[in-house]
Amino acid sequence: MSQPAASQEPYLKLESIRKTFGKFVALKGVSLAINRGELVTFLGPSGCGKTTLLRIIAGLETQDSGSIVQGGRNISRLPAMRRDYGIVFQSYALFPNLSIFDNVAYGLVNRRKDRDEIRRRVEELLKLIGLPDAARKYPGQLSGGQQQRIALARALATSPGLLLLDEPLSALDAIERLRLRGEIRALQQRLGVTTIMVTHDQEEALSMADRVVVMNHGLIEQIGTPQRIYREPSSAFVADFVGKVNVLSAVAEDDGRLRVGRLLLSRMPGSGALAPGAKVSLYLRPEDVVIDGAAAGTPNAAQAKVTKVEFLGAFCHVTVELAGAEGQPLLINISRHTIDELNLAEGSALSVGLPPQCMRVLG
Amino acid sequence: MTTATVDALGLPTRGRVKQIAHWQDHLAQAMLLAVCLALVLFLLAPLFMILVKSVQDRNGAFVGLQQFRDYFDTPALRQSILHTLSIAGTVTAITVPLAFTFAYALTRSCMPFKGTLRLIALTPILAPSLLPAISFIQWFGTQGVLKWMLGGAKVYGPIGIIMSSVYATFPHALMIVLTALLLADGRLYEAAESLGTPTLRRFFTITLPGAKYGLISAAMVVFSYTVSEFGIPKVIGGNFNVLALDIFKQVIGQQNFNKGAVVSLVLLVPVLVAFVIDWMMQGRLQAQFSSRAVPYAPKPKKAFDLVMLGFCVTVCLLLLAVLGMAVYTSFIKLWPYDRSFSLRHYTFGLIDGRVISAFFNSLEMAISTALVGTTLIFGGAYLIEKTRGMNALRALIRLLAAIPMGVPGMVLGLGYIFFFNHPDNPLNFLYHGMAILVVSTIIHYYTSSHLTAVTALKALDNEFESVSASLKVPFFKTFFRVTVPVCLPAILDIGRYLFVNAMTTISAVVFLYSPDTKLASLAILDLDDAGEIGAAAAMATLIVAASTTVCLIYAVTTRFLLTRTQAWRRSAVV
Repeated sequence: MSQPAASQEPYLKLESIRKTFGKFVALKGVSLAINRGELVTFLGPSGCGKTTLLRIIAGLETQDSGSIVQGGRNISRLPAMRRDYGIVFQSYALFPNLSIFDNVAYGLVNRRKDRDEIRRRVEELLKLIGLPDAARKYPGQLSGGQQQRIALARALATSPGLLLLDEPLSALDAIERLRLRGEIRALQQRLGVTTIMVTHDQEEALSMADRVVVMNHGLIEQIGTPQRIYREPSSAFVADFVGKVNVLSAVAEDDGRLRVGRLLLSRMPGSGALAPGAKVSLYLRPEDVVIDGAAAGTPNAAQAKVTKVEFLGAFCHVTVELAGAEGQPLLINISRHTIDELNLAEGSALSVGLPPQCMRVLG
Repeated sequence: MTTATVDALGLPTRGRVKQIAHWQDHLAQAMLLAVCLALVLFLLAPLFMILVKSVQDRNGAFVGLQQFRDYFDTPALRQSILHTLSIAGTVTAITVPLAFTFAYALTRSCMPFKGTLRLIALTPILAPSLLPAISFIQWFGTQGVLKWMLGGAKVYGPIGIIMSSVYATFPHALMIVLTALLLADGRLYEAAESLGTPTLRRFFTITLPGAKYGLISAAMVVFSYTVSEFGIPKVIGGNFNVLALDIFKQVIGQQNFNKGAVVSLVLLVPVLVAFVIDWMMQGRLQAQFSSRAVPYAPKPKKAFDLVMLGFCVTVCLLLLAVLGMAVYTSFIKLWPYDRSFSLRHYTFGLIDGRVISAFFNSLEMAISTALVGTTLIFGGAYLIEKTRGMNALRALIRLLAAIPMGVPGMVLGLGYIFFFNHPDNPLNFLYHGMAILVVSTIIHYYTSSHLTAVTALKALDNEFESVSASLKVPFFKTFFRVTVPVCLPAILDIGRYLFVNAMTTISAVVFLYSPDTKLASLAILDLDDAGEIGAAAAMATLIVAASTTVCLIYAVTTRFLLTRTQAWRRSAVV
């Protein structure tokens, strides 16, 4: 992970970027600073503006207003040709009629004359991406994952200061996606190239990024490390979009405690400041709920009845109804092993605990 | 103070960030502007001149709709409208079912010789429309061997026009319907079969609805082709008046250009209506196509396959009989009296008669049209689809590119007279040269070629240009290194299409040639007028030979190209 020192100037700085397409507002004023060597992912549902933002950074779209500074240079109005980046698209966009060698060398031929140098550079890149023998093949003869690696090599060939990845893994099948995820991250860390990746896949964003930028409706909802985004979502949208989460509606009591149905919960971070009677939402991840023996000692222990068990392989989604909070089903992740041990099935009784330190209070 | 325009965020649009344009962007935009200018100059301006001339009298004074009133007061001219529409309607009613059955046989039966039959069915495209007219005169005319078949009726007139038009339009209808039937989703048939749907019901619930848009589109193309056609009625029409012929008579015969303009506007109406309907159908045809569709694979059914084969063989024999008669006529001394083999129509009729130069003019014109036209049309389509900026201009060019399909050649040609023969036009020097023939032919066949180019370009990844820009490679370099090689089959296809049409066209160029630039197809008209039907047939045969040669070269080149580039083409289209 990078250590963003306070004194260090960010490598890329976006200031109040706005963009409209006719009546549609794509970006409502986005500001963002990205440090040198960092991998940042733009995460959000389709239509949230993440791809538009990437294309604006690339100069493929022009913002209506706002400025972009890259490496101390104001590039806000520069055409794509004058900016310094390499880009990889979901569709690979490899030139089908050119060999892998010519594809990777495409940007090099234009600026360096020495043929040997080009050859050495292409060989080096192909080795780097783990396809040293592909030079004479054509894109159509490679698998999707291999093609995307070639696209990566082509983008990196000219040693750009910034690498832009537009949903690079979305067109691949599940196994290749997982493998390439790790490879791209390893390569990026090895080369230390500042990278922005657009994705709608939260798992991808969390596993690869130094920092995640969660976007929605043309605005940034939260910027933070994957850990932080997951554990301390700053808004209901982030909590909901990243990972699975239980939402319980609660009412604040006058002593900072919260009531869910007839169930009174202990004080928790953020509950003290609430005005008595305020209606709030409580967010709790399914894996944070403790059960059975462990539940006995926790502050918010309650009895529950299992209403549904959904088998997912290594673990199960168990839906329960809390005694005293009927009508607000609670989802719990329980390992298959524990299910068997407790002999859980529809209708079983189960004691659960809701750990206050794991709960988030959001308006 | 004026109210400032604001965007969806409520911000003024005036102060928007504008990207600094790269010189390459300027270059692309300048070329785009040039394409637009060319279309305005060579398409829009001539058409506009027709409108102007139609409300002027011979001396150029404004007379409003007087000419139209005169026109509709002349019973003979009014009759032409009726004639034209009824002929076109009849031809459509005959051609489309024939083409549909033929296409149905090709796609839904397991009959043998499909490739050969399809090839023969498309041969009429290689011939000028005058060829079937000549041929039918030989078969059914005063000296015709099959004259008895018509009873007492004469081939000179509606019968001849209809037969010749059916021959000329058949391949056009066939290609459209064939495409529609080929797009059918095999999964629908499998579903129907698994539900136990009877064959006849499958035909009416799956096949016909699936081909509906294709059928309507084919009907519109046949209809407007027949309405616009002037060579066929000229040769075989006798005294039967049709609109296209009226224009010719007004302009060439009576030198009444303004009346010609009025008639051409009348002619434009049905063609434009057909064009608009066709345009809408094409859009739906595209929308209907699903990339997931599985091609339908017919299963052998003996009786059905045999009937279909019988039908297709009959149609092909009839088509060959038409082509064959023209070729045969050119190689015998005098039909029907002296049928001994002779080259005299070629040697004496064409070479000694000094009309052979028309053939070489045609070759020159067709080659120039293919080269210049392909460059202009493909280049223009590339600039529209793949470069950035000036979006309003792009929309305008797209619209302009669609217009030629809705404009009969004669109308375009007449517009050219008005515009380029105008003494104040600095482009006046083009008039009567080879250049104007080339330009008018390119414009006349612009739409189809443009659509072919756009389809090929749309199949390419849109991000090629983005990648090139990020790698700082100029767009024209990517154009030559990637776009052109990948689109080469489509580019060759456009070249072939333009060549063949330039060889056979007569409608636009009939107003534009000079004695030095007379074309082969126009020479056929004159030879026919002079009663030299043998020489006319010889010239038509030469045209067919030239078109066939180019198609063969195209086929061989394409096959060679596809084998050579198989390594990357195989899976590039996925």
